[in-house]
Amino acid sequence: MEFIDYYKILEIDKSASEADIKKAYRKLARKYHPDLNPNDATAKQKFQKINEANEVLSDTDKRKKYDQYGKDWQQSEQFEQAQKQQRQGGSRQGFQGGGDFGGGEDFSDFFESMFGGGGASSFGRGGGRSTKYKGQDLNAELHLDLKEVFTSQKQTLTVNGKNIRLTIPAGIENGQTIKIKGHGAPGVNGGPNGDLLITFSITNNSKFKREGDNLFSTYELDLYTAVLGGEAMVDTFDGKVKLKINPETQNGTKVKLKGKGFPVYKQEGQFGDLYITYHIKIPHNLSEKEKELFSELSKLKKDGN
Amino acid sequence: METENLITLEKVCELYEVEPDFIVALNDFGLLDFIVVEEIKFVNKEQIGDLERMMRLHYDLEINMAGIDAISHLLQRVHEMQRELISLKNRLG
Repeated sequence: MEFIDYYKILEIDKSASEADIKKAYRKLARKYHPDLNPNDATAKQKFQKINEANEVLSDTDKRKKYDQYGKDWQQSEQFEQAQKQQRQGGSRQGFQGGGDFGGGEDFSDFFESMFGGGGASSFGRGGGRSTKYKGQDLNAELHLDLKEVFTSQKQTLTVNGKNIRLTIPAGIENGQTIKIKGHGAPGVNGGPNGDLLITFSITNNSKFKREGDNLFSTYELDLYTAVLGGEAMVDTFDGKVKLKINPETQNGTKVKLKGKGFPVYKQEGQFGDLYITYHIKIPHNLSEKEKELFSELSKLKKDGN
Repeated sequence: METENLITLEKVCELYEVEPDFIVALNDFGLLDFIVVEEIKFVNKEQIGDLERMMRLHYDLEINMAGIDAISHLLQRVHEMQRELISLKNRLG
């Protein structure tokens, strides 16, 4: 557990007055408040640190204890004893973080060790203003494989001990967030429940590259089929198709297989396209006979047929 | 008139301990819609999340009404750009 320099966090020096602390806190809070930094985990962490620093430095007793013991906080028990008689339950002056504080983060171990955990436990769990009516929104992340989002999925999630049956529409994008209305924390005073916000993290272990609804892949075509034409069995995302290869197909030729791409999100029955690029394989380990025949071909070409 | 999804302006002010003037100002700035039934002003519960955010900006961060208005526009742009960024990252991936 490391010592935390609360003065450094609030960018003030040790002689800062109460007004300086308040001013510094408000300035930094305006910069890092989760409402002003949506989906920014770094800002959220920074805001929590600022809140913690303010919690300590804006409270006379806490600041005194922190200043006196600072780095030697483990020995602060004596101080605790001495102050016990006079100490009053310090009021919490931190901001309510709002919707982004679904995770139930508390203050740091350093804070808990020095000032006890009791005061911090309600922080960030939507106390105060945000639970006076509407329940808090909860955030969750769901990891799926690309194969799983090719078809609509029925999943049961357990959130706060409650099972939520969920249909994930096929074609959902990596990083996309869906809102499940009313499945967040319960409201109070007749207020609506919060929402559950699920962000999807989709891993692609397939050989297909996905761009929205379209898929891309390559097919290794042997030289003879490329030159003379023929057929090839090509993988699609959910099967195989037989393709006709035109004679004299060039390396890098791209073909579009309409409707063989990824499902279009919330447009049942609609699919994007699959683009296949032919990579022509040049034969190797040629036999003497093959070399001879290639030489003959080469000679023919040089002689102008 | 269905009022299940509505909450009176008076109740909002009581629950959140805010002045009616603040909520009325949000309405004046086009940041919050009122539904008026028999001269009683209601707020749709769907808007409570946004209202809470605006209350935090105003009361916690001391941002005035014009500031909230500007922030609301910018946040909308931020959300749009974040969506675009995800889509572009996925294309690169």
